Amino acid sequence: MALEVEKKSSINRREFFSYLSIGFIALSASVGGVLSLIFRYLYPNVVFEPAMDFNAGRPEAYDTGVDERWKKIYGVWIFKSDGKFVAMSNICTHLGCVPTWLSAERKFKCPCHGSGFYPNGINFEGPAPRPLERYKVFLDATGNAIVDKTRVFRYEKGEWSNPDSYISV
Amino acid sequence: MKAIINYLSDPVFSFTGIIFFFFLGIKHIEVVASKKFATIALILILIIFGWMSLDPVFLSIVIWPDNVPIIFLLALVIWSTWFAIHKGVINDQRMAAGEPPVEGTPENREKVWAWPNLVYTELFAIIAGTVFLIAWSILLKSPLEEPANPTWAPNPAKAPWYFLGLQEMLVYFDPWIAGVTLPVLIVVGLIAIPYIDTNPKGNGYYSFKDRKFAITSFLFGWLLLWIFLIIIGTFLRGPNWTFYGPFEFWDAHKVVAANNINLSEIFWIKFLNMPLPKNIFAREFLGLILVAIYYTFVPVFITRKFGQKFLITMGKARYYFLIFLVLTMMSLPLKMYLRWFINLKYIVFMPEFELNI
Ligand code: FES
Repeated sequence: MALEVEKKSSINRREFFSYLSIGFIALSASVGGVLSLIFRYLYPNVVFEPAMDFNAGRPEAYDTGVDERWKKIYGVWIFKSDGKFVAMSNICTHLGCVPTWLSAERKFKCPCHGSGFYPNGINFEGPAPRPLERYKVFLDATGNAIVDKTRVFRYEKGEWSNPDSYISV
Repeated sequence: MKAIINYLSDPVFSFTGIIFFFFLGIKHIEVVASKKFATIALILILIIFGWMSLDPVFLSIVIWPDNVPIIFLLALVIWSTWFAIHKGVINDQRMAAGEPPVEGTPENREKVWAWPNLVYTELFAIIAGTVFLIAWSILLKSPLEEPANPTWAPNPAKAPWYFLGLQEMLVYFDPWIAGVTLPVLIVVGLIAIPYIDTNPKGNGYYSFKDRKFAITSFLFGWLLLWIFLIIIGTFLRGPNWTFYGPFEFWDAHKVVAANNINLSEIFWIKFLNMPLPKNIFAREFLGLILVAIYYTFVPVFITRKFGQKFLITMGKARYYFLIFLVLTMMSLPLKMYLRWFINLKYIVFMPEFELNI
């Protein structure tokens, strides 16, 4: 009798393992769920990042010199001179601040450690070791200039002579 | 008068001046540590500070909510440095007269209980600190700015005050050097102090004479290369990180010619009158050699001249590590002067490898 009761209340080996696996699956599911929530939480709901390429309009429409119209949205300065139309990054090559264009002094000046750049992006004062980087620009079928920020051209690597880095105008 | 002060506060003069006064003070440490000197200095500082605050530009910098705590902290730094030196010099004098240091006198060797003696003091400090923080947060509103925007930066863009010394360093160095290598070496060096400095003197009592070299080199790095740079970065750097005197209006259009060139350009173009060689190492060989000399021959030279005693007492490994740290520390003022006097940008300039020294 006593033996029978004991047998009823306890579970056998097979049942134990099925309970164990159910428990384990439930545990991993809940942990995984929480982790995925945390992971999701790390990414913002809305990303204000501008697209990596954009249509800058017709190159002929720009005046020679530095143009700031895309700086606020895409972080790009257009510089037109000597028959070349280029798109310059607005990230200081020293430590990545955003320089300001001083139109009266005709130079870019970084507010962080005072690096200065000529309108064409060449560094001439302060600690910045390299000129501002340039982005790929090309003309689409309708004659509009497209700026592609995924491809950069660095002066010290001699990439500014690459035909992708400018549009002849 | 104000124009003269503006002119003299330019780092070229003010940094040189403060180095001079620092070593003058170390030389006449007994004078500096005396109460009379401290009283006179305090009165003078208060008078000068009061007079300077009459100027609207200076006042607006000083009472800007970001800067107020820095003024407090500067006062604390000066006070605690002076106080430690004051106690040290008293002990030096006592020991010179054959007496034990103040901390060694019988009445000071008496032991007391942590409770209540220590805990009461701590409790009081906690309450006073909390009251101070609450009063401060009510009186001075925290200066919040607009949301961050990746395509725009405030001008000037300033780091938190405790990093302004670092930001000032970055003016003279590549980010890999001033932003990574030097801070790491500072931390490593501070951690290494107990392993380098095995001098048993000065344990448990204040003293200056017993640890002259250690105290001087620490204060040099701390007061001149950190605190002073924070002062410059906080109060004297305006738009575009241009230098502005304490009474100078922060005019964003102030133009300072800051053109600078690399050592390789000075050597090849200016001096030899030829184009830069294509090969990077040929181009930068002078700078590389100079840096190598700085870390090899200079230590040997220093050892010959002054270091024999240290070399023997400290052992080779400790000694050369110390020399390395000291030389690295001295590279900062060195680079600052090179920038000011010969407009030197980088001694070694290899952007191809992101290596610029
Ligand atoms: S980030 Fe532009 S100068 Fe340092």
